[in-house]
Amino acid sequence: MAERERRQTPPFGGIFVPHARIMTADDMGRAIRRMAHEVIERNYGLEEIVVVGLQTGGVPVAERLAQSLEDIEGIRPPVGTLDVALHRDDIGIRPVVPEAVTDLPTDLDGRIVVLVDDVLFTGRTIRAALDAVCDFGRPRSVQLAVMVDRGHRELPIRPDYVGKNLPTRRDEVVDVHEVGVDLGVMQK
Amino acid sequence: MATNASAGHFLGIDGMARADLEEILELTTTFAEIGRRPIPKVPALRGRTVATVFFENSTRTRMSFETAARRLSADTIALSAGGSSLSKGESLRDTIEVVTSYGADALVVRHPMAGTAHRVAAWTDAAVINAGDGCHEHPTQALLDCYTLRERRGALDGMRIAIVGDIRHSRVARSDVLAFTALGAEVVLVAPATLLPPAVVGWPVTVAHELDLVLSDLDAVYLLRIQHERITEGLIPSIREYANDFSLTPERANRLPTDALILHPGPTNLGVEISAAAAADSRSVILDQVVNGVSVRMAILFLLLGSNRNLTGGAVEGDR
Amino acid sequence: MSLLIRGGRILDANGERALDVEIGDDGRIAAVGTGLNGDLDLDASDCVISPGFVDLHTHLREPGQEEAETIETGARSGSLGGYTALVAMPNTEPTTDCVAVVEQVRALGRRSTCEIVPSAALTVGRSGTKMAPLGELVDVGVGIFTDDGTGLQDPRLMRRVMEYSTGLTRRLGRPVVLAQHCEVSALSAGGYMHEGEWSSRLGIPGQPAEAEELMVMRDIALVRLTGAHVHFQHLSTASSVAMVRRAKAAGLPVTAEATTHHFTLTDAACATYDPVFKVHPPLRTGSDVDAVRAGLADGTIDAVATDHAPHAAHVKERPFDEAPPGMLGLETAFALTLGESGLDLPEVLAVLSWRPAAIAGIEGRHGASVVPGAPANLCVVDPDLTWTVSGAAMASRSSNTPYEGRTLRGRVRHTISAGEPVVIDGEARR
Repeated sequence: MAERERRQTPPFGGIFVPHARIMTADDMGRAIRRMAHEVIERNYGLEEIVVVGLQTGGVPVAERLAQSLEDIEGIRPPVGTLDVALHRDDIGIRPVVPEAVTDLPTDLDGRIVVLVDDVLFTGRTIRAALDAVCDFGRPRSVQLAVMVDRGHRELPIRPDYVGKNLPTRRDEVVDVHEVGVDLGVMQK
Repeated sequence: MATNASAGHFLGIDGMARADLEEILELTTTFAEIGRRPIPKVPALRGRTVATVFFENSTRTRMSFETAARRLSADTIALSAGGSSLSKGESLRDTIEVVTSYGADALVVRHPMAGTAHRVAAWTDAAVINAGDGCHEHPTQALLDCYTLRERRGALDGMRIAIVGDIRHSRVARSDVLAFTALGAEVVLVAPATLLPPAVVGWPVTVAHELDLVLSDLDAVYLLRIQHERITEGLIPSIREYANDFSLTPERANRLPTDALILHPGPTNLGVEISAAAAADSRSVILDQVVNGVSVRMAILFLLLGSNRNLTGGAVEGDR
Repeated sequence: MSLLIRGGRILDANGERALDVEIGDDGRIAAVGTGLNGDLDLDASDCVISPGFVDLHTHLREPGQEEAETIETGARSGSLGGYTALVAMPNTEPTTDCVAVVEQVRALGRRSTCEIVPSAALTVGRSGTKMAPLGELVDVGVGIFTDDGTGLQDPRLMRRVMEYSTGLTRRLGRPVVLAQHCEVSALSAGGYMHEGEWSSRLGIPGQPAEAEELMVMRDIALVRLTGAHVHFQHLSTASSVAMVRRAKAAGLPVTAEATTHHFTLTDAACATYDPVFKVHPPLRTGSDVDAVRAGLADGTIDAVATDHAPHAAHVKERPFDEAPPGMLGLETAFALTLGESGLDLPEVLAVLSWRPAAIAGIEGRHGASVVPGAPANLCVVDPDLTWTVSGAAMASRSSNTPYEGRTLRGRVRHTISAGEPVVIDGEARR
């Protein structure tokens, strides 16, 4: 469960109070470049790659990853966005409202889909995203890139590309933003 | 999944603020996108049951709600009670309690008498959606009409919209007047005097009795269905006379501004309130209305069942 | 066993005086004064002793619709409301349009806690097509005829009934009263509330005020033609009140009643879509309510009636059009008239007691002044007691009161019917 939802959706909302800067903007840039290299290496280029950012925190990370891929390979892979609110397994348990658009630029049949999110936590968002992706076609493979893996998985899901592995307490919150990554707590 | 302990309802546009309407319309965009997917279905309402409880025939509205429910993976059950419960000696409350006991999480209620959805809401724990109550309201129709207009024009602010025809008996007209004006449009009701409500005092509209006098100054014209029984009731002399004065003929369509939109809640009586040519005009958005109806109803079902929202509306407070 | 009502103020047509009332074994007032004795003392301190109330318009539902009310339960409800006489409406099943049904109603009434005064239909089966046997019915003492629930539509038949009734005055010993429910059904058909701003907004088809007013106008014209006594039931519109006012000024033999709901509720109440607010004639606008109050104030309207119309809960749990019209009234009438009619207490008692008694032709037994020798049909009311209306707590077999949950001021404390204390301290004795 990604923290951005906690921030934006009552009753889990509140004010984020950061304790520590985990990554600086430079750290993030380096991590994204490394992940881009790993994507290219593992897939022997960008030919069949589609980068899909999960709304809303994964979208800017996906954009930066795509930019980095383009910088390295000279071609820009298609970039899409995916909102998984309607595929979540906690609908009806807490208020869920779709927040943003789903916009996939290409047919996913036979493609390699790189899902991008800011934080990997319980894995439930990714499970929902896998369901959603399958409604758009039959990708050859689906890979997962996250800026921060903070542990506490509740489903058998693991990332293929990780910006930073960050051990956390369950009640802590990880905030990925433009100029860095912060660890903190929510104040109600 | 268990029935919501105290579900919200969607009973009418009356009492809803502009912001409430806009929120639903914006959310509708998300659901419209689902309708364009290769597999136009999401698991959002898996395990939920939506019951359509129709005491009046309406294949279209029922299909629209059922399509919306199924695209959200809800199960649907249907009760068609033609005619009155009175004829079976059963009270409406009994009927509703039976339907609720089948595990319905939402009741989509259509009834020929005003206020029935409001009464039903008082008797059930399920969410109640008014799918048309007599001559009162048809709030999901108004939302889909607003969505269709926004899709073409961006916003309703400043639009001048004529609603033409049997306003008196039209739940669509009552809901549309409230929704269009709440979103900033100007509404003119065009009808023979016998087909207007007895008292439009206090309605935020102007009234005209001649369509030809308002045509050239419209951003949209909304034709209502005319029922043949209005003649036996002595409200209009003949369909021919009505069509002469109020039908959107090709000639009248030509006199509309070039960017004016043509709407109709369906099903159309071609040649009566609208000519076949006008219905097929490039400015006609009648089929868009049908498509958008599913998206709007998905949004309403999701808000009530998926996000535990209470869409008030329709609560009219009278001072006793 | 003798009764003594002690410590109250008597208020009747003769005025007000602080005296005790002793009631003898014979059901009559034995003495009025001070220093009296009785076997049973009823405390009336801070209360008013009034002649018992008379309702010109009660639906007791028996025979035929005993699920909604019986003569026994309706009479008990009346006793709790201070009534000692109820004019039973004839829209029973079968219709009270012949001697046999009248006798059945009377026989059931004799065991109840009020005097039940049967009225009979104007036309056979209230069908509006054939005159009921008015002469036979007059001969068994029926003095009020009505097709209540509907008006008599056919003006020709109404004229004939009116003319015929004038020939029965000697046999009855007084003029026959023809009570009209004024509603031109061609104009009201398909309407379920007052036609106006509220009906337009709520989408409930309405019936115009003119549906009532045209029949008031017609019947006044026919009274002028025939000389019959017409009593207008439940007047509800400003124009109806104005027409009756002019007819009375012209000396025509007309009387009129208003119900408590027509001077306390407006059509805005229908916004709940709860058919408990559905009634015929329908709840009207605020200015109609004002006109009804003005009619009561200047005597245009002679009496407050209840149009007590019980309906079982399940038949009101229907859509607004399918639910039957009508609301309870007997147990709330005194408090509502005291609190909302604009009349002062002596006038309140007049419109609830002696004026309707005179119209019903029972003024010798009900509404009579509190003097020795008069029949002991009395009620003791506490004008200051506040209470909360609860349909479930009412003695009526139904609970369709539109005043549920309202706090009212003024309540009946004791009711004495033919010398028997049927209500003591707000509790029915049987």
